[in-house]
Amino acid sequence: MNGADAILDAVRQAFPEGSGVSVAPPSDLPTLRVERGTLLPLARFLKADPRLDFSLLADVCGVDWLEQRAPRFEVVYHLYSIAKGHRLRLKVPVAEEDAVVSSVYGVWKAADWFEREAFDMFGIRFEGHPNLRRILCHPSFVGHPLRKDYDPGQRWLLREGEQHEPEWARTPQEDEDHFETQVLNLGPSHPATHGTLRTVIRLDGEVITQADVEIGYLHRCFEKMSEQHTWNQVIPYTDRLNYCSSMMNGVGYALAVEKLLGIEAPPRAQTVRLILSELSRIMDHIVDIGANLNDLGAMTPFLYMYEAREEIYSVLEACAGGRLTVSYVRIGGLANDVPHDFEEAVRWLLRRIPRLMDDMERLITENRIFRDRTQGVGVLPAAEAIDWGWTGPCLRASGVPYDVRKAAPYLGYETYDFKIPVANEGDTYARYLVRVEEVRQSLGIIEQALSRLSPGPVIVDDHRVALPPKEKVYTEMEPLIWHFKLVMEGMQVPAGEVYGCTEAANGELGFYAISDGGGRPYRLKVRPPCFAVFQAYPHMLRGHMVADAVAILGSLNIIAGELDR
Amino acid sequence: MWAELAVTAAKLLLIAVGLLTAIPVMVWVERRGAAFIQDRLGPNRVGPLGLVQPIVDAVKLFFKEDITPAGVSRGLYFLAPMVAIFVALVTFIVIPFGAGTDVTVFGVPLSGVMVAPGLGVGVLYLLALGSLSVYGIVLAGWSSNNKYSLLGALRSSAQLISYELAMTVSVMGVILAAGSLRLDAVVAYQSQHLWNAIPQLVGFLVFVVAAFAETNRLPFDLPEAETELVAGYHVEYSSMKFAAFFMSEYVNMVTISALMVTLYLGGWTFPGHRALSGWPLLLLSVLSMLVKVSFVLFTFVWVRWSLPRFRYDQLMRLGWKVLLPLAVLNLVWVGVGVGYGWL
Repeated sequence: MNGADAILDAVRQAFPEGSGVSVAPPSDLPTLRVERGTLLPLARFLKADPRLDFSLLADVCGVDWLEQRAPRFEVVYHLYSIAKGHRLRLKVPVAEEDAVVSSVYGVWKAADWFEREAFDMFGIRFEGHPNLRRILCHPSFVGHPLRKDYDPGQRWLLREGEQHEPEWARTPQEDEDHFETQVLNLGPSHPATHGTLRTVIRLDGEVITQADVEIGYLHRCFEKMSEQHTWNQVIPYTDRLNYCSSMMNGVGYALAVEKLLGIEAPPRAQTVRLILSELSRIMDHIVDIGANLNDLGAMTPFLYMYEAREEIYSVLEACAGGRLTVSYVRIGGLANDVPHDFEEAVRWLLRRIPRLMDDMERLITENRIFRDRTQGVGVLPAAEAIDWGWTGPCLRASGVPYDVRKAAPYLGYETYDFKIPVANEGDTYARYLVRVEEVRQSLGIIEQALSRLSPGPVIVDDHRVALPPKEKVYTEMEPLIWHFKLVMEGMQVPAGEVYGCTEAANGELGFYAISDGGGRPYRLKVRPPCFAVFQAYPHMLRGHMVADAVAILGSLNIIAGELDR
Repeated sequence: MWAELAVTAAKLLLIAVGLLTAIPVMVWVERRGAAFIQDRLGPNRVGPLGLVQPIVDAVKLFFKEDITPAGVSRGLYFLAPMVAIFVALVTFIVIPFGAGTDVTVFGVPLSGVMVAPGLGVGVLYLLALGSLSVYGIVLAGWSSNNKYSLLGALRSSAQLISYELAMTVSVMGVILAAGSLRLDAVVAYQSQHLWNAIPQLVGFLVFVVAAFAETNRLPFDLPEAETELVAGYHVEYSSMKFAAFFMSEYVNMVTISALMVTLYLGGWTFPGHRALSGWPLLLLSVLSMLVKVSFVLFTFVWVRWSLPRFRYDQLMRLGWKVLLPLAVLNLVWVGVGVGYGWL
């Protein structure tokens, strides 16, 4: 089934007029307004109906309309069907005084953390959620920061002893032989967390019997801050989401806003974006592989991979000036053209990276210790992976060939020849293999893209979006005015909403942007891929050993910057 | 009497100094070797080729604040590093580091470059003291009052006991063939026959694997698995207390390498040594031993930077289900071989 009408028709048949489901005015996605009483039956129907088959809950977020609309809040769900390839948006309006919605955790487990986040940020309660407590803010935080009337100047202290401890971690327990089990904190500062993640585990000997994770240590109010900045000013913040592949976040964000603006970047800019995105993907994958191997005790491949990463950074630095956080993308194109030796430098990388990959693979891929440590460890079957909202290499390692680059191509990916590597085991070894193969596929894409790199402008010639050239600003009146308006007011993005998604290194990176027609985003929600991936992690740990916890964590590639925003 | 004591004291001093010098050299080899394997430079700023780096590190460790965390069991916490370094240093006295039975110094027979030539229990003494080294680790882990330390200590006690067994059984093959517990007799046996590594290849391989496990080196560094247990049993130690553990690891490595060379790789023997005698033989044999030990030590470094780490249960499985049966098999083969006069 294809097309918005077909989806809406199918829903209409089951939920006729007056049943609490109404069709919202057309926008980028078919959208339904749902009364909160109807949400749960509708959700079950959407997932179960074979014509619709919305198996993946991509995102849940709140929107605060303050005085603009009544009721004040909206809970927005983004659904995707992996089998059919179509998307749907649900909006559930809720009033401030009675901000309660039924939880869809029973339908999609992916709702677990997304609903907690909406509760944390907006104070919307989800009835029936098994563990509804704050997720990004700490327990002593007062208020709900993404509400429009929240005063961001307030400071809330978390004192020692006030942090969240799981119920089971507070009481001593004995195993069946009456030996005392112990509770161990892995993190937030631990050599294997590569960031600030806290995993609380209960150990029976070395076997994990219970696990819980605590996130939010790196929460920087990305979404709140983006509401205070002009559309282009948000780009440096996107760099800090997944900082191992910062370029891709910027590209994803710019593409979403460009969709809202109805513009497209010039061909040269698109090709450069694609090349640098794929280089970033390679970088992200090799750093993940390297860090994973380092956690398993193999430090040498880690350094081989780091060499490749440093070389890619040098190319990014030549283009953008920055290495880690590039801020190279602008809405409508790029900040500036690539240096003249760009092609040469990338071609050198295309020769160098495969050699380092080969070195690494010869050491590791068939290594018996590595295989014993990773095969059958941290297995998540395909159905469960989808249920948890997994996307990206981790989902593909479970046997689901979902890749946004193929499912909803952008930047002209449909015109490139590449394959989506898939493994069926769903274990740590499969995730390693998928990433290795994706690196090789990305190298192929870059090779093709380089041959298509034609001269031309790198940003749209539109004074409402792009800054005019400096020499014109200094010599002509009109460009001076445009420059002034763009800097002082920001670009005016037409009122509306858009959900733009791209295939970032960890999976589907979604930007749900709402504009009220002003120079700043009214609401910007990021759908970080590792947020969905990481919520399954404590459930995967049970029965594994401490050493496995570290191996699994590394293979999931959890980047705290993206996780906590 | 006094001359004999003086000679023994001189040998003791020589070997102790040699052993303690081996630590900074090994640290340098480890760091530069790792850098070489990993395609980077490594420490190359302090002194020629960075050779002075380990000394600078040692000086730094001397001046580091010695922190005793609150809540440790003080007596055991202080005792643990002492046990570790004591055991590591004291095992060396039975290893023959060169020929020299026919050399006399001040009229006293040197009876080999070996501190305790008269110790008839040789190998037994070494294995017995070697198994004491687990106490250093277990005490450190237990007394630190830290969960990571405790996990490291538990891992190491299980690991050392399991691999001690396989190692001992494989060494029994050598003893059986040589017909003596004395290590100089083992060397003498190998100078008459093939190196033990050839007829007892299986035993040799078991010994090599167990040696890696006994010294807590990758792929068996589970007691201190940095990315799992932070630093394992010595996570709460600082300054020279930490350095004592660090040093004992390297001394153990040298000891086990020397033992490996003595038991399986012909000890100090070298091609054509039978034609020599007296001082030339002594000097060349020490050199030959050094070369062999250095090679084994480099292998330790090489393996460490090439392999990932085992998991606890896999380690146990390997120790009990693979190495121990193989070692027993080797023992049976040696028994049959000796019985029929093949060996």
